[in-house]
Amino acid sequence: MTHKKRISHAITYIVLILISIIWLFPFFCLILQSFRSYQTEFGGLVNYLVPKQFSLDSYKYLFSDGCQYTTWYLNTLIIACVVALLQTIVVICVSYALSRMRFTGRKLLMNVWLVLGMFPGFLTMICLYFLLKQLGLTQAGAIPGLILISVASSGMGYYVCKGYFDTLPKSLDEAARIDGANRFQILYQMIVPLSKPIIIYTALVAFMAPWCDFVFASYVAFGYSKSYNVAVAMQRWVWTNDYQGFFTRFCAGGILVAIPVTALFMALQGYYVEGVTGGAVKG
Amino acid sequence: MGDKRSIGARIGDFFSWLGKDLADIGRTFAEGDFRTRISFLIMGFGQLLRGQIVRGIAMLAAEIALLYYIFGFGAGYLKDFLTLGTKGRGFNPDGTVSYGDNSFFILLYGILTIIAILMLLLVWRINVKQNEEAQRLLAAGKKLPSNKKDLYSLLDENFDKTLLALPVIGIFVFTVLPIIFMICVAFTNYDYNHQPPSQLFTWVGLENFRNILSVGGTGYGKTFFSVLGWTLVWAFFATFLNYFLGMAVAILINQKGIKFKKLWRTILVITIAVPQFVSLLYVSKMFAADGLVNAYLLKWGFIERAIPFWTNKTYARILIILINLWIGIPYMMLIATGLLMNIPEDLYESAKIDGANPVQMFFSITLPYMLFVTGPFLLTQFIGNLNNFNVIFLLTQGQPQSMKLAGGAGYTDLLVTWLYKLTVTDSDYKMAAVIGIMVFLVTAVISLVVYNVLPSVKDEEGFQ
Repeated sequence: MTHKKRISHAITYIVLILISIIWLFPFFCLILQSFRSYQTEFGGLVNYLVPKQFSLDSYKYLFSDGCQYTTWYLNTLIIACVVALLQTIVVICVSYALSRMRFTGRKLLMNVWLVLGMFPGFLTMICLYFLLKQLGLTQAGAIPGLILISVASSGMGYYVCKGYFDTLPKSLDEAARIDGANRFQILYQMIVPLSKPIIIYTALVAFMAPWCDFVFASYVAFGYSKSYNVAVAMQRWVWTNDYQGFFTRFCAGGILVAIPVTALFMALQGYYVEGVTGGAVKG
Repeated sequence: MGDKRSIGARIGDFFSWLGKDLADIGRTFAEGDFRTRISFLIMGFGQLLRGQIVRGIAMLAAEIALLYYIFGFGAGYLKDFLTLGTKGRGFNPDGTVSYGDNSFFILLYGILTIIAILMLLLVWRINVKQNEEAQRLLAAGKKLPSNKKDLYSLLDENFDKTLLALPVIGIFVFTVLPIIFMICVAFTNYDYNHQPPSQLFTWVGLENFRNILSVGGTGYGKTFFSVLGWTLVWAFFATFLNYFLGMAVAILINQKGIKFKKLWRTILVITIAVPQFVSLLYVSKMFAADGLVNAYLLKWGFIERAIPFWTNKTYARILIILINLWIGIPYMMLIATGLLMNIPEDLYESAKIDGANPVQMFFSITLPYMLFVTGPFLLTQFIGNLNNFNVIFLLTQGQPQSMKLAGGAGYTDLLVTWLYKLTVTDSDYKMAAVIGIMVFLVTAVISLVVYNVLPSVKDEEGFQ
């Protein structure tokens, strides 16, 4: 190794270590602050980082009787699981039809969906709210309502999955058809098993989105706290005027959400990379 | 987009197609037997009599359902469609409250009824065609497809219909219908002072569009252009800073001889994995006036007074772009890592032999390749950033607010966050709808322009 190269490597390592510190520092602070005691110290923003005394006060509060944290957590988990399952099925169906079959109106359908996608999502919020209200799916029924909305429009997010299906050779289909398989069998027995990476990617992305959905979720729950998901509830904790008292609780609640979601993401990271890279190249 | 024919020619095409189709329908009726002719009124009649039970029942059911909706339910709303209701809330002679017309439902169900009528026409046309085909097949002495085959085809040659039925219906009810509704709202005076069920709203023509483009007085024009300007500036920086810095980090990690590649990547990726409402909300509080950053800067004596990160317009805007790097660089790094590995190694080897240094190699090989491959991706990123609700809303909620801006807008508001505020805080639905249409126009124009100049779209083999 030349002298010059060694210096350049040293600089690279220094830069990478600096980047790592910047990237991890906020999470490090978040964790430290979640252990600050509410009893002996202050629960809001303070001017020091390391708690004087480590305690589990904030975590205990989350699971105390007066707090609905477990309900919110469960709500989000249910939404995330059901949405991940149904959305994946819808996306597979749409992608297969658009990738493998040629029918009248195919191009038209794709163009119309492309144009629809150019409207901002929140434009239709009020109308969706009234539609859900007509179906009795707001407030107390907000959980199925949110699932319905997420799944109903998910067909438009077919791009990455269809792009992947397009790369599977058509000769496979033809061979199976000669063997007497129908379209349904081809999809179910051949395409789906071959597309495991992209299916996992689709499900992962669908699973992670509800954990972040606070805008529409809070609009549909409309003050009915039993129907909140964690994002709505935590964001209310931070933004209500007495957020001072709830800041450390937000930290604790946020960590309990972040740990499983992050772990799942890290475990399936490879699929995620494959999905976003493929999606980026296809556009 | 390759189709360069004029719109006039297309309209001409449409009418000649329509004429031919009507002639076809007429011929079917003239040459039809009694089964076909009765099917013109009672859909599915011919199919049922010819033994095509499945098709017949489907057609008949569709006709009954659509007619029931149109006449039993929709017509009552459709008749008020042009006024959106005339009878406001009042009191009956016996003192009870009479609710009168509900403009919201008149508009929504009116639209739905118009669509139902179009659907009925479409189903009717399919029905006529089926009859015509069946009659032709029988006349030629052939057998009609059996019911079993009809059903089975839904898993085979008609599998696309099975697959797409539910997604298309879902998108229709929860995306298409609401968008049409909101486009209509943009031409009404639906706002806080005209809220059903207690009040009526009505059509006002282009009034709201005039409002959003009128710069003087109480018009929304000044605010609109200010917010639009920041939206474009934000999208530009958020897209390209992330793009180049993300690529730089990827190149840094990809260098030969750098150890722990996986560790560096994993550390960066953590901001993608952690839900944004946790990470961004926390960071926004770190930079609050009484947050950690100010607290330590004060304590260590770097500053005398807290820095107004979120209350100063310029600081807030810069900080948002910087914090967005924290979220965005890892994403781009992941994508760039995969793509950089695809660049043929011998390109670099031959460049090295020609005496190129790393910087020259970056600008003559890496960058052109990346720009070529990721052109469409940059476009989607840019459009995604125009509508990047979460980052703005979790960090600042569009603050700092100002009396100089109308409609409750703040200096870091994007068009979408402003739209959200108008809907939720101000109940100013008409202006929210107008802004939604504006966002659509901006997105569509940018997409069309970029799409037409992108090298990778024009020429798929361009990079050699």
